[in-house]
Amino acid sequence: MDNLLDRALGLDGRSDRWPLRGKLVLVEDCVETGGAFVIHHIIKRFLSPQSSAFSNNSLILVAFSQPLSHYDRVLRKLGCNLVAQRDNNRFLFFDMLNLRFPDREDAKIGSSVLVSLFEKIYNAVCALSAENSCITIVIDDIALMEVVANGSSDSVLDFLHYCRTLTSEFDCSVVALNHGDIYSSMEKPMLMLNLEYLSNILVRAEPLATGSVVDVHGQLMVFDKGERDRQGTSGSKIHNFHFRVKENSVDFFYPGGRG
Amino acid sequence: MATPKTRASSFSRNIPSTAASQVPGVKSGPNGTLFLSSGISDLDKILGGGFPLGSLVVVMEDPEAPHHMLLLRNFMSQGLVHNQPLLYASPAKDPRGFLGTLPSPVSSKDDKSLDRDSEQEKGLRIAWQYKKYFGENQQNSNSQRDNKFEYCNEFDLRKPVQRQFLSGQRIECISTQDSPDLAALHDRCASFLKQFLKTDGNISGAGRIAIQSFCAPQCTYFEQEWRVLSFIRSLRSMIRSSNAVVILSFPPSLLSLSFSKRLQHMADTLLSVRAIPDEDKDLAKLLTGYQDMIGLLSVHKVARINTQVPVILEAATFSMKLQKRKFLVLECLNQAPVDGSSGTSYATSGSCSGSSKGRSLDF
Repeated sequence: MDNLLDRALGLDGRSDRWPLRGKLVLVEDCVETGGAFVIHHIIKRFLSPQSSAFSNNSLILVAFSQPLSHYDRVLRKLGCNLVAQRDNNRFLFFDMLNLRFPDREDAKIGSSVLVSLFEKIYNAVCALSAENSCITIVIDDIALMEVVANGSSDSVLDFLHYCRTLTSEFDCSVVALNHGDIYSSMEKPMLMLNLEYLSNILVRAEPLATGSVVDVHGQLMVFDKGERDRQGTSGSKIHNFHFRVKENSVDFFYPGGRG
Repeated sequence: MATPKTRASSFSRNIPSTAASQVPGVKSGPNGTLFLSSGISDLDKILGGGFPLGSLVVVMEDPEAPHHMLLLRNFMSQGLVHNQPLLYASPAKDPRGFLGTLPSPVSSKDDKSLDRDSEQEKGLRIAWQYKKYFGENQQNSNSQRDNKFEYCNEFDLRKPVQRQFLSGQRIECISTQDSPDLAALHDRCASFLKQFLKTDGNISGAGRIAIQSFCAPQCTYFEQEWRVLSFIRSLRSMIRSSNAVVILSFPPSLLSLSFSKRLQHMADTLLSVRAIPDEDKDLAKLLTGYQDMIGLLSVHKVARINTQVPVILEAATFSMKLQKRKFLVLECLNQAPVDGSSGTSYATSGSCSGSSKGRSLDF
C-alpha cells in the first residue's frame, strides 16, 4: 500500500530494483518534531518481502543514538523483524553507543574512530556485494557522529564523502539523519551546507506553524533533486504534506485532507 | 483546577506486572518500559507515568530563579523514600550540604487530614444515600497506605528530611567544580551505573543520578563544549543499558545556541523552568491565580523509548504553585476572563512586558 512519502521518495513503482540505489537521502528534523520515523519507514520498506523478492537486500545500520532493542521493538510493530533478518545476514547492526569516553580531548582519537568505522563499513559492503546484494547504509545520527569526532566536522564530512563513493562504486543507498536546528544559528554551517549539496533527496520534518496538535504531528518537505542530464539538473520535485505517527504505521495526508 | 490529560499509546503490550511491582518505586509502562517517579505526582501524570528507566532527563534552568532545584529536590527525595541509591553532582564545594534541604515525605497521618478535607468537599455533591459506600472505601485505602509502597509521595518542602533518614541511605556526592576534567565525574557515574546493569531477568533495584547546573561558569570544563557533549553522549549510552534515571540541569542562556540545541537533542525528556516576574500587571490580567504562581514549567519533549510515536500534550506549559505553601503542584494555565472595558485584545496581552524573554505562553 503506497502512501505520499513512498510516492515522494519514488518507492511506489513496481520495478524490481530498489529505487534509491546509488542515492544519498538526508533526513533533517528538530527538537519539536523528530524525524526518526522516516528512517524507520525506509528500513521497513527496504527489508520488506516485496522489495527483497528479486534481490538480496541487506541493511547496515550505524547507530549512535539508540540500542538495537529500541529499533527491534519499533520495527517489529511496523511489521519487520530485525533479529530474524540479522540471523539471515540481511541486517548488520554497528553499535556505536558503547564508544569509550576518551581520557582527554583529542581530535585525532575522534577521526581515527571514524576511519575505522568506514573501514568496517567498506569491508561489509565488499562482502555483501560479492553476493550480489543491494545494500542500504543507515546512519543515526550525524550530530552524534560529530560529538564522537570531537567536533571535527572535517572528519565527519570526509566520512560522508567516502560513503558517497560507495553509492557510485557499489550502487548502495545511504540514508542519514541529522538535526537541522543545531546549525540554524551558525553563520556558515559548512557541514550542513555540504550535506544538503551532496544529497539526492532531502526530507525535512518540521512542526506545524500553528503549533502541535494530536491529529497532525508535523509536516514533511521532500525535495527530490532528480536526475542530472547534460543540460543540468532536471526533473526536481518538491512535495509537502502532513503526517501523523502511529505505532504500526504513519499516516501521510495533504493539509486538511485528514480522514 | 484542571488536571492535565495525556494520551496513552494506542498500542499496549500485555506485560506481566508482577516483576516490576515487587520492586518499590518502579512501575511498568507501555512498550516494555519501567518508570520511576519524579517525586511530583502532577509531573508523573503529564509525562505518562514518570521517568522511564534508562532515560536522560534534561532541565533547562532560568538564571533568574532556582526553580530547577525544586524538581531536583523532589526527584532525590523520592529516591530516598524508595531506598534507591543516589549519585548527586553539583558545582558547590560541598554538595552534601544540599542534602539537608531535601523535603521529607508527608507521613500517612497528615495524608488522612488532607483526604478528609477533599472527601468532605466531595460529600457535599454526593447524595446522602451514597455516602456510606464512599466512607468504606476511604477507610480501606488509609489503612493500606504506607509511604514505602506508594509510587509517588507528597513532599513537604518546608520540612527538611531528618538526618537519621539520610544516614541509612546509599548516597554519593561529587563536586564538579574541583575536578579539572570530566573524566573523574564520568568514572564515578560509570561505577555507580554498573550496579544497575539491565539484564534479561527481573530487576533488583533502580538508581538515580542528579547532576545540578552542569556547565555552570565556575566549573573548569565550562568552555570545553565538545568535551561536555562527549561526556553527555557517553553518559546517555551508559544509562541506556542501566535501570536508572539521570536528571541533569543546565543553564542554556550561558551557552551557545547550537551547543544548547545539541544538548536538547540528546535529552529523552526535556523540561524547562521559567521565573514569573513578581508584579507583572499584564500577566495578572491574562492568567487566573497569578499571585500564587512561583514559576512556569514547560515540557518540550517526552521520552520515546521503544516507540516512534511522539507524545503530544494538550498543554505544554504549566504553572508551578505551592499548595498550602508546602506541596509543589503543576496546573494548566487558565486564561482569565477578558475584561471587556479594558479594550486590550488577547494577542497584545500575550507578551510579558516585565520579563526580558518576551516568549508567548502556550496554553
